[in-house]
Amino acid sequence: MNGIRVIPQKYFRILLPVLAFIVLGTMPRYLPPYGVVVLGNVFMYTVLAVSWNVFCAPTNYMSLATAAFFGVGVYTSAILQELPLPVVILVAGSLSFLVGLMVGTITLRLRGMYFAIFTFGLSELFRHAMIWYEANITRTVGRWLPAETPETVYYYMLVVLAITLLVTYLIRRSKYGLALHSIGQNEEAAAHLGINLNAVKIITFAITCFFMGATGAVMATRWSYVDPSIAFAPFRSFYIIIMVLLGGIDSIIYGPISGAIVITLLSDVALVDYPRQTMLLFGIILVVVISFLPNGLMGIVERIRRGKEVTALSG
Amino acid sequence: MLVKFLDIGIAGLTMGGLYALIALGLNLQWGVTRVLNVSHGEFLMLGAYSAFFLYSLFGISPLLSLVICAPVFLGIGCLLHRTLFRHLLKTTKSMAGYEIASLLAAYGLLFILSNSAALGFGPRPRALAYLTQSLTFFGATFALNRLVALGISIGVCIIVYLLLGRTRLGKAIRAAAQDVNTAQLMGVNIHQVLTISFGLGAMLAAMGGSLLSMLFWVEPFMGFRYLIVAFIVVVLGGMGNIVGSLIGGIILGLVGSITTSFQAGLGMIAFYTVFIVILLVRPTGILGKLET
Repeated sequence: MNGIRVIPQKYFRILLPVLAFIVLGTMPRYLPPYGVVVLGNVFMYTVLAVSWNVFCAPTNYMSLATAAFFGVGVYTSAILQELPLPVVILVAGSLSFLVGLMVGTITLRLRGMYFAIFTFGLSELFRHAMIWYEANITRTVGRWLPAETPETVYYYMLVVLAITLLVTYLIRRSKYGLALHSIGQNEEAAAHLGINLNAVKIITFAITCFFMGATGAVMATRWSYVDPSIAFAPFRSFYIIIMVLLGGIDSIIYGPISGAIVITLLSDVALVDYPRQTMLLFGIILVVVISFLPNGLMGIVERIRRGKEVTALSG
Repeated sequence: MLVKFLDIGIAGLTMGGLYALIALGLNLQWGVTRVLNVSHGEFLMLGAYSAFFLYSLFGISPLLSLVICAPVFLGIGCLLHRTLFRHLLKTTKSMAGYEIASLLAAYGLLFILSNSAALGFGPRPRALAYLTQSLTFFGATFALNRLVALGISIGVCIIVYLLLGRTRLGKAIRAAAQDVNTAQLMGVNIHQVLTISFGLGAMLAAMGGSLLSMLFWVEPFMGFRYLIVAFIVVVLGGMGNIVGSLIGGIILGLVGSITTSFQAGLGMIAFYTVFIVILLVRPTGILGKLET
């Protein structure tokens, strides 16, 4: 199918993402304003889905606390609104990193389902505590912050996305990526191989939290109004999982990206006008993907490619 | 002082009884079939709507609709497990994989059921008034329906306890909860047992919903709150532990009524705090066995 390769595969692998980013970087020039907003949303969910996938897919720890770390970023951005945006993003990411470090330290010894429920309970605790704090201590629910233009948000989001993808790629190639995989396969065996289970799990978890917080900080400047129910909305944690599953959980980068694109576009097109129907559709997608497409969209792509190879070999 | 004390105690006990009933259903599903059924609250919501419509359209009392709903939802639950979850059990490679897949499938069901209900029944909250005569007990006043709800939920819990403890089916269910593979080797028809356990869980949720319809508003998204409560009770009492669920339910009901008597907004925060502390200090629950 490829014929003779003029460019070696390894250059191709670097060139393609660079090209993609150059194209994306010039997009706001051609796209209508609404398109820029939608693409910004796609970037946001892609960052969340990719960083969720880095830790959770290989290790089989289902984190439902994405909303919490995202919300930490959103609130940091709202509180530190006087500072320049890059500083805010870094601070928000670092705070999220610290919270992730703490959460990881106390929870990653819980196994399987208990971890999933714990992280869910934690993000709900954040939300309710924040609602209670605002209602009873500050006596003002929600905060306003100066809105950035969609282009600014777009470019910041793009940078965060690029860094997330780069770090994801590096983690996956490094021995930490391998260590994560072996933890997911068999924790005892991984420990016997000399992997410091807790250190690897906690650090990777916290790194993924950094990106979730950074995304939250950027998005807050576009929403310009935040309250606990927006910042810590629990549906966001589940959205991410639907995206990753739809895209294909085994594919570290392309799976979450394709899932994020499909779900974000769907929700941007239909969620405002038909919220119930869209949510119903998401439910159906989830059940169908789980039952019949365990490897998601990338699984289909893979199957088509394999099929071609097989026919090429036999033919 | 005494009156306030009694008020808080009675409110806590009635809610606690209901929490125990709802949690018992989740406990059967999670503890026996390993399906962390996050759509449990939606079955409760459907049960509540059934009671509401049976009452408002046909004038059937919620207590009678309890008896009507029970076998219907038992059937629905069994059917769901027979089709969806058994398919997942067959297609996933490991038990851990099955737990994750079934959790996500149940989450899809949550979306499907609650949004279908919102489309079909409308988002408007509905309520029915039944047995609202007030009773006075040492100066504390409460509605008769609360007492009835408490009595029925405790009664159903005891029936389930006897079913599990004294019958052959109960023995099979307990065996499956301990170890599915060994139970199968001992000649337990494991698929049947898992299906029935899941059906019983759905049935208990619907019964809890019918009882709740007498006390609170019925709306399409009411289920989620009770799902959370049921989780916390199951974790508090220990997974697979019936008595633990009963005690955990009462404890959580009292915690809720005590904190809300101080400040209304603190109820959910108190629940989550209990939940997180229990998971950290004793993840197997107060009555659960230690790590096996």
